[in-house]
Amino acid sequence: MITLFMNNWQTYLTGFWNTILCSVLALIFSLVIGSAFAIMEILPNKVLRIIAHIYIEIFRNIPLLVIAMFFYIVIPQYVMKMDGFTAGTIGLTLYTSSFIAETVRAGIQAVDSGQMEGARANGLTYWQAMRYIVLPQAYKLVIPPLGNQFINLVKNSSVLAFLAGFDLMYQGQSVASTTFQTFSAYIIVGIFYLIITLPLSYYMRYLEKKMV
Amino acid sequence: MAMIEFKNVDKYYGKYHALTDINLQVQQGEVVVVIGPSGSGKSTLIRTINGLEEIESGQLIVNGMDLADKKADLNELRKNVGMVFQHFNLYANKTVIENIMLAPRLVLKRDEAENKKIALRLLDTVGLAEKADAYPKQLSGGQKQRVAIARSLAMKPKVLLFDEPTSALDPEMIDDVLNVMKSIAKQGDMTLVVVTHEMGFAREVADRVIFFDQGQVVEDDPAEEFFKQPKEERARQFLSKIITHK
Repeated sequence: MITLFMNNWQTYLTGFWNTILCSVLALIFSLVIGSAFAIMEILPNKVLRIIAHIYIEIFRNIPLLVIAMFFYIVIPQYVMKMDGFTAGTIGLTLYTSSFIAETVRAGIQAVDSGQMEGARANGLTYWQAMRYIVLPQAYKLVIPPLGNQFINLVKNSSVLAFLAGFDLMYQGQSVASTTFQTFSAYIIVGIFYLIITLPLSYYMRYLEKKMV
Repeated sequence: MAMIEFKNVDKYYGKYHALTDINLQVQQGEVVVVIGPSGSGKSTLIRTINGLEEIESGQLIVNGMDLADKKADLNELRKNVGMVFQHFNLYANKTVIENIMLAPRLVLKRDEAENKKIALRLLDTVGLAEKADAYPKQLSGGQKQRVAIARSLAMKPKVLLFDEPTSALDPEMIDDVLNVMKSIAKQGDMTLVVVTHEMGFAREVADRVIFFDQGQVVEDDPAEEFFKQPKEERARQFLSKIITHK
C-alpha cells in the first residue's frame, strides 16, 4: 500500500487538494445561503417565507447526484460552460444549504422568545436584535448538528467523482483502474477523508465546549 | 397633554376579546399601579403601551405618537418607553454591563466612555456594581431583575412599564427589587405603569390604582381612596383576597 501511494502520491494529493477546496467553498457558501434562508423562514413576511420553504424542500428532497448532474449537464447546454468541479461544488453548496437552513432555523426558534422581545422593548430594531442577541445564541445551540452537516458535506463532496471533478474519490478510482490494486487504492482514499473529517469533528466538539 | 392616553381601545385574540373599550389617561410623572386577577388582560394592556401588542380599534397615544397608526415608528417610541418583564429577558449571551450598554450604543449612539460611566452608575444604584462582568445565568432572580431595571433606565425613558416584575421571584428577593422601583417612583420625573400584586408597593408610591378585570377597567381611583374602600364589589373581593394572603 505504501508503494502504491509512493507511486501515485501526486494523483492523490491533487484529489486531496480538490476535495478540500470544494469542501471549504461549499461550507462557506452553504452556511451563508443556509442562514439567509433560515432567517427568511422565520420572518413575518409570508411571501419570503414561502420562497424559502420552496427552496429548502426542493434541494433537501432531491438526491445530491441529481442536483450536481443538473449543473454539469443541463446548465452548460443552455446557460454557461462549467467544469465538473464547479458544477459539483455548486450542487453540493445548494444541497447542503437546505439542511443548514433547517438546522439554523431550528436554532433560532429554540432561542427563548423573551430574548427578541426584551431586545425590541429595549429599543433595538428587529435586525439589531437578530444580529446581536438571537443569532449568536442560535448558532451556539446548533454547533453539534452543524458539525454533522459539515462532516456530511466533506464526505458528499465525493459526488465530484461522477462529474470528473478530480477530487479524492475520482483520483482514487483512477489509481484503482490503472494499477488494479483496488483494495489499497480505496483504503488510501478513506485515510485521506479521515485526515479532513477527524480534525473537523474534534474542532466542532472543542467549539461546543468552549462556548458553553 | 397626557403621556399615555387610551381612547376606546379594543383588542382581540381571534374571537377572544382581550381588551374592551379601554379609556384611560396617565399624566407625565404619574405612578399608576394596575391590579386584577390573572388572565384579566393586565399584561396585554401594558404591552400595548410599547407596541408589543397591536390594538384593533380605538386610539392609543403614547408620548404624542398614535399607536393605532400602522405606520407608527415603534423603534422611535421605544427609545422613550422602557419595559421590565416578569421573566427579566436579559441578553443571555452578554455580560451584565453589556446588557446595559448595548441599546444606548446601538440605538442612541451614545459615546462609549459616557455609556460605560452611566452603566456603572446605574449598576451601583441597583446595588450590583460588583456583577458588571457576570453573565445573567450567574445571577439570582432578584439580581437579574435589578439588572433589567438598570438596562431600561440606561435609555433614559420617559415612561417605564413593569409587567409583574416580582412575580417570578423568591420571596426574599422581592424587597430588593421593590426598593429600586420605589426609589425610581419617588424621583418623580418618570411615568410608571406597574402591573403587580404588591399592595405594599402600591400603597406607598402609587398615585392611582386601576382595577382591571375581564379586559375592562373596573375601577380607576386615586390610590388613597382605593385602599380606603374600593367602590366596586369585584375590586373589594379581590383586595380582601390578596390582603389576607399576606
